[in-house]
Amino acid sequence: MRKTLIESLFRGKLTEAAPHLSDEEKSGLVGTMNRIAQRRLGRSLAIRHVDAGSCNACELEIIALNNALYDLERFGLKIVASPRHADVLMVTGSLTHNMGAALRLTYDAMPAPKWVVATGDCACTGGLFAQSPVCIGELGQLLPVDLHIPGCPPDPAALLRGLIALISGLGAVAHESGKN
Amino acid sequence: MAPLVNNARWKDVTRNLAERDATFVAMWGERNDGGGNVNLAVRHKGERSIEIVSHSAPDSHYPSVGRHHPSAILMERAIQDVYGLVADGLPDTRPWLDHGFWPHSRARTSYNFKPALGPGVHQIPVGPVHAGTIEPGHFRFSVNGEIIVRLEARLGYVHRDVLGLMRGGAIDDAAALVGRISGDSTVAYAFAFARAVEQALGLTVPARASTLRGIMAELERLANHLGDFGAICNDSGFSLLNTHAAVLRERVLRLAALVFGHRLMMDCIVPGGVLRDLNEGGATALKSGLPSVLVTFERLVDLYEKTASLQDRVVGTGWLDPALASLLGCGGYVGRAAGQNFDARRDMPYAPYDGIDVRVPVLSSADVDARVRVRIAEIQESVRILLCLLDMMPKSSIHAALPNDLTVRSGAALVEGFRGDIFAFVRVCGGRISDVFVRDPSWFLWPALEAAIEGNIVADFPLCNKSFNAAYAGCDL
Repeated sequence: MRKTLIESLFRGKLTEAAPHLSDEEKSGLVGTMNRIAQRRLGRSLAIRHVDAGSCNACELEIIALNNALYDLERFGLKIVASPRHADVLMVTGSLTHNMGAALRLTYDAMPAPKWVVATGDCACTGGLFAQSPVCIGELGQLLPVDLHIPGCPPDPAALLRGLIALISGLGAVAHESGKN
Repeated sequence: MAPLVNNARWKDVTRNLAERDATFVAMWGERNDGGGNVNLAVRHKGERSIEIVSHSAPDSHYPSVGRHHPSAILMERAIQDVYGLVADGLPDTRPWLDHGFWPHSRARTSYNFKPALGPGVHQIPVGPVHAGTIEPGHFRFSVNGEIIVRLEARLGYVHRDVLGLMRGGAIDDAAALVGRISGDSTVAYAFAFARAVEQALGLTVPARASTLRGIMAELERLANHLGDFGAICNDSGFSLLNTHAAVLRERVLRLAALVFGHRLMMDCIVPGGVLRDLNEGGATALKSGLPSVLVTFERLVDLYEKTASLQDRVVGTGWLDPALASLLGCGGYVGRAAGQNFDARRDMPYAPYDGIDVRVPVLSSADVDARVRVRIAEIQESVRILLCLLDMMPKSSIHAALPNDLTVRSGAALVEGFRGDIFAFVRVCGGRISDVFVRDPSWFLWPALEAAIEGNIVADFPLCNKSFNAAYAGCDL
């Protein structure tokens, strides 16, 4: 173990640079924000993820966000265990009827202000399961959605771009309201 | 191959299962004008093919297989919920997929968990929303102090009616859906489904397509085993190995994206062949990238073996009785860590594995450590197979057109996914799916986990659960 640890000290970080985002992309990804709430939050967001009918591909890519290369937490973004600690609800899946109640409870357990991110094609549009008799369909039917991150599944870079757009949207608005 | 309604043969096969002369593979139902049919797939001892037999259910009733063989119980409960076909004599008639939330729900009463009685015994309910980024399911622990007396898993939260959406649709649309049953096994599912369709239509896939399928399937196995190896260590409180293993997993996924255009290789395998070819650059990238992943991995294995505090957590934890693994028909690393010497790649060979010597690691200690060690051996073996396949690379087309056949035809296939063998059955007619079933290995892993966890402490549940890594979406369907 000593060898691995010492090597890690000298090798330098594995983490890669953040993906670049154009202004157009930012405005396309992020919906409208509550300005005052955003000023309070600054650039730190706690994310609670709920699988509401996913095939688990989206989960694999969300988990990958935490690996050394993407290193989600350097952006002030943290995936948390309890909805009580969360600012953002990140929902994946085609929203099955069987998960509807649990998802609603999770959302209700989060303190305001809070945002909802529809992650992956299933949550954004219902995906291939939009016509399923046991699925509710797109997330917007159940919760107010602030950000859509499409993809099947969205790869970690796409997830990062979406989440960075969300916090930089918040930062920009906070800066603006600070001036006033 | 077509499953025929033969009530007498059904009885014989059920007896074979009860007497352990056959391994249970799958059960599924279908509705028709006369009520319905139930299909049963088994693998007879020592045989390399799967027998499928049907029983009629004219008044929506058929004789339960679950009363003679426990592996069938969950499937009979699911058949009751989805098709309204009732197994007479089924020992557990509680709804499974139907939680009472569907527009057409039949479940009307609350779910009664199995009791555990005794002084000091209390319950811990967990889920469906868990602390980590995982799929939803409910676990009901009955505990006495720290010791788990009974675990009952309740699933069905991600039931999307995938099979219902596939039925009546075009083969291509069904192939896209099958790749989204369980994302971590998207290649294995697409592979199994494609082989079932090809068998039904009597189609031989070009050799290059088969080899490419093998490469994709091994990359998927490699990525998942690397992820699991790290995650199990992480759940033992040893995050260093997870950090390094996650980087290796990422390197494999990036190779997959570079070579086949998608990190998880979704939609790459279709009935008739594959949609992505491997070019010179891709082959070179794999030939240099994979051995270097293995070099780093060997150091992680060394660390895994030499860290006493980690070994203390994994050795002896979550022991699964090999007799139960055999009874339930557990495959994959769970079965092979408990003495079950079966791997579809070797024992029911299919292209490209029929031309390769697949070495299958089998252990008997049946604990978390054994399940980790089977994965370690399979990671090494997958890299060996990958390099072998890359050297073979026949030159041919990568796709053959499906014949436009208007007769009703059916086919079945068994493909070894990273978690165990995946069974696919399909009946096609005029380019459309008239019946389909795909069985995840997790159907048998969940009951095995419930048994293996007994007598362990609550704090070891995440560790045991991760070492099984059963899919939720895969068996909720």
